Parts: sequence; structure tokens; C-alpha cells
Amino acid sequence: MPEIFLNLAIIITKIVFFTFLVVLPLVPLSVYFERRFSAVIQDRVGPNRVGIPLTLLGMKKDFHFFGLVQPIADGLKLFLKEDFTPEHVRKAFYWMAPALTVVPALITVCVVPFGSSVSLFGHTEKLVIADIDIGPLFIFSVASLSVYGITLAGWASNSKFPFIGGVRSTAQMISYEIALGLSIIPVLLYYGDLNLSRIVQQQADHGWLLLPLWKNGTLSLPDLNTALFLIPAAIAFLIFTISIFAETNRMPFDLPECETELVGGYHTEYSSMKFAMFFMGEYAAMVIGSALIVTLFLGGWSIGFGLDAIVAKWEIFGVGIAGLIHLGCFLTKLLIFILFFILVRWTVPRFRYDQLMKLGWVVFFEAALLNVFLAALIIAAPQLTAAIIGIGAVLLVAITLAVIWVAKVSDDTVRPIPA
Amino acid sequence: MPSPLFWLFATLMLIGGIAVISFRNPVASAMSVVACFVGLAGLFIGLSTFFVGVIQILVYTGAVMVLFIFIIMLLDLKNEEKRNSKYAPIAAGLGLVVLFTVQLVGVLSKSPNPEAPPLDRATLAAAAGDYLTDGKIASSLNAGQLPDVHLIGHMLFTQYNFPLQIIGVLLLVATIGVVVLSKKPAE
Repeated sequence: MPEIFLNLAIIITKIVFFTFLVVLPLVPLSVYFERRFSAVIQDRVGPNRVGIPLTLLGMKKDFHFFGLVQPIADGLKLFLKEDFTPEHVRKAFYWMAPALTVVPALITVCVVPFGSSVSLFGHTEKLVIADIDIGPLFIFSVASLSVYGITLAGWASNSKFPFIGGVRSTAQMISYEIALGLSIIPVLLYYGDLNLSRIVQQQADHGWLLLPLWKNGTLSLPDLNTALFLIPAAIAFLIFTISIFAETNRMPFDLPECETELVGGYHTEYSSMKFAMFFMGEYAAMVIGSALIVTLFLGGWSIGFGLDAIVAKWEIFGVGIAGLIHLGCFLTKLLIFILFFILVRWTVPRFRYDQLMKLGWVVFFEAALLNVFLAALIIAAPQLTAAIIGIGAVLLVAITLAVIWVAKVSDDTVRPIPA
Repeated sequence: MPSPLFWLFATLMLIGGIAVISFRNPVASAMSVVACFVGLAGLFIGLSTFFVGVIQILVYTGAVMVLFIFIIMLLDLKNEEKRNSKYAPIAAGLGLVVLFTVQLVGVLSKSPNPEAPPLDRATLAAAAGDYLTDGKIASSLNAGQLPDVHLIGHMLFTQYNFPLQIIGVLLLVATIGVVVLSKKPAE
């Protein structure tokens, strides 16, 4: 029996630590980064004042951590605001919607591998809450539930702009889920595994998917097959990253909450903490999306360049700290990727809705599908004869040209009919 | 004895199922179906079939039901809430339930119900003999894990390869058919 309690305690510790002490604080932190980074881009200063108000305690100077306390002040403000529920809303759904956006985003945390493993008192523990064999699928399926929150918010608000926002969001998320799922098939073919920790371990040993510059702990150039696989991997990376932007409703695809057309989109009628929960859900989804990109394409927690095996042996007072170093490495990569998300938001203008749908259905869907065949051909090439590879390559080129031609032709006929 | 999680998810499923037919509001009914599907996925995961459970959520909850809700919201079914239920549909529904129960009892009473072997190391290692010795399935079975995704893939692409391809072609035809039918003729 004590065994069970020990395991339960470990699991609960992991859940509390990763969800509430790692991912949730990343949300206000990325809001802070968003404000500071956008300020830098627009040649402003941004929030840099809020710190510890030592002058209140009678000291000479305030201590302002570059405004790092700003997110706490923002959060406090949202808590203290009046929580106003308009008369015309459908109450039950109106209350349910914010929770339905945050909860799925936080559930997906449980399959993300944050680090290798920490050993304590001879007990080795992986730094992942649930090490299940269907990591990416689990994230997709649970993340697809967050569409309910947004749709219900739009509908329950019982007013026009939120409803249009909700409908847009539903259509957008369903469309981009297809591109999202198809684009990582080449990656999963390459790894031959769906377990995210094993995928990262494989990358630590044999080089990251987009940077295969070492093998078994020594730096070396990739062999021909791995080098060729960089092409489908790069295409998959591009499609996947852009689809994550669309899936998390980030600029340039934030049409569900497009201010110029829809006031605030699906959260127009929300105030106070309910509004903040939509905000949190969106940023948490962004954090998880970045985590998934880092895990699949950029080596997850691995430091790379063959250093992981060396780090894995480090111990301080008998405690294996490799996991903590890897955790730090993972969070660094994650923050860099979040900064990339923010950079894109403040540089690229918003798409039109038809452009967004066309990009998803006409460009990404086909490109991801062709990419699957290309990746399969490259992976299978060592076992095939030259003639079959040649036929496959010719067929692939022919199909690609045909798809491009069809896309072009369908574009021509969609012109508005003259009145 | 089934685990407490079985009871949790089974209850969730049943409550969802009952709520579907008791709510007047179509959106509330649709949301109850979602709850029912989530419970079902939980039951699948309780049986160690993670893949089936997750696909259940991905396909039915994440895509099909979203479309349902989408359509219900767009149609704005106000009449549906006012409608009084008639006796004939209720009787027919009850009749179906009775028929299904009879069938279930019939099937269960005839089929043998041996104790399923526990998914421990020995059972899994014994099953590894059916697969290629150096393959992924055998190695993870020997390591005491159940590679359910690989097993389903193996089954589909060896024993049911032809039906799988036929279904693929069928879906493709259906997709193209929908595009052709829904596209307005250009003037």
C-alpha cells in the first residue's frame, strides 16, 4: 500500500509543479514579454516601472525589476474588476465557456516531456506527468476540445459580434486541425514512435530533426538519407508552425477576435476574471504549441551536440541533476519560441478570412499530403531499387504539378460573377 | 473488480446519455453528447487502449460534435424548445431500448466469458512470439509495455490491408462528390 501512496504523491507533485508552477507562470510572463517586445518593435519603452514599491516602506528608491512585477499587477486588476454578466446572455453556457477554454489547454501539459529524469535516493523519476505512448495525438485531441469554449462563448453571449467570432473560430480551428495532423505524419514516420519522451531521447542521441549534426555523442555530418529528410522535415516544420498560429488564434490569424471587424470577437461580452480566463487559455495554448514544436522538431529538452550523455552523469550530493539542467534548456527553447510568436504578431498584418481558409484548405492541406509521400519515399529509399525510387520520384513530381495546376485553375473560376 | 475510474467514467457517460434526451435546448443536448463521448473515451483508456480512446475524442468530440453544434447554432432552433413530445416517438424509443437489452442478454448468455489475463509482463512477453523478433512490437512487448498503436497498425496493414484501401478510396470519392455537388456552376 505505501507504494501506491508514494506513486500518487509523486504524480500529484508533478501535476502541481508542471501545471501550476511552470506552465501557468509562463502565461503572465509571456504577456509581459509581449508588451515589452512590442514596445521595442514600435520604438516605445513599455511597462518598466512596476516593481517592489520600497518607497511605501519609507525607503529612498523603488526597486523596479524592469517591470517584471507588471503581470502580477495586471492579474490583480482583473481579479478586482467588476464581474458583470449582461442581461441577455444564456447564463449556464456563459459561465461554462471560459472554463472550457482554459481546462483543455492545461490538460495537454501532462504529456509534454519537460526534462530527462531526476534521481533522488536511488529513485529515478522522468520529468513528464504521463509518459503515454500517444503523446502528440493526445495533445491534438484534448486541444481540439478548447474549440467548445470559444464557440459556446460566442453563442451564449447572444449578441452579433461574439457570435460571428465564435463561428469564425470554429471553422478556423477545424480547418487547421487537418493541416496540423497531416503535417506531422512525416515526422512521426521518421521517429517510428508516438511517445514524446522517446522522441526527445532519440533526438538527443542522433541529432535534432532540423539539426542532425551529431550521432551517438560525437559530432558528425548526417548521412545522405538523414540529410535528404531535412527537406520534408523543413516543410513539415513550416506547415506545423503556421498551423499552430492559426490553431491558437494568434496574429496573423486572430480573426475570431479581430478588433477592427468584431469589437472583441467571442469575448466581447465578458469582463473581469472570465475575460482573463480566455486570455489565459489562449496564452496557455500558445505555450503548449511552442512546447510541441520544440519537442518534435528542435530536440525538446536535449542540449544537443552530444552533450546530453555527459550531462546525464552529473550529480550533486548524490542527486542526479541532469533533469533540472534539461528542464532549464527546455524552458529556454520554449521562451525563445514564444518570443518568435510575439515577433510574428507585431510584424505580420492580419489575414482576410477567405485568405485564411484558402491557405488552410488549398495550400497547406495539399502540401502536407504530398509531404507525407515525399517523406515515405525518402525513408523507404534504402530498401528499394533505383528504378522504383525513380518511378516514385517522377510520380511525385507529376502529382505535385497536377495539384499546383488544379489550385491555380480553381483560383481562376472563383472570381466574382459580374452583376 | 473494475477500478473506481471505471465507475466515474461510466457514470459520466450515463448522465450524459440521459441528459441528451431530457434537455429541451438542442445545444445543451449536444453538449451532453460531448460529455458522453468523453466518458466513453475514458472507458477505452481504462482498458489500456489509449489509441482508440484518444481517436474517439479527436474524431467524435473534436470534429463531429463541433460540426453538430455549429449547425444547431446557425439554424437557431427555437421551435424545438417549445415542442411537446408525443407518445409515439417515446414508445418507439422505449421499444428499441427493450429490443437492444434482449439482444444484449442473448449475446452475453451465449458467449463464453473467461477471465481476461492480466496485462502483466509474462502475458505480454508470451504474446511477443507472434511478431517479428527484432521489430518494435516484440521489443516493447518484451519490455512489459503494450504498444497499442503499433498493434493496431500491424493488424490494419497486414490482415485488413485491402478493406482499408477500399475504405480510403470510398472516402476520397465521397469527398470529391461533396465538392462537385456543392459547387455552383460558373456562369
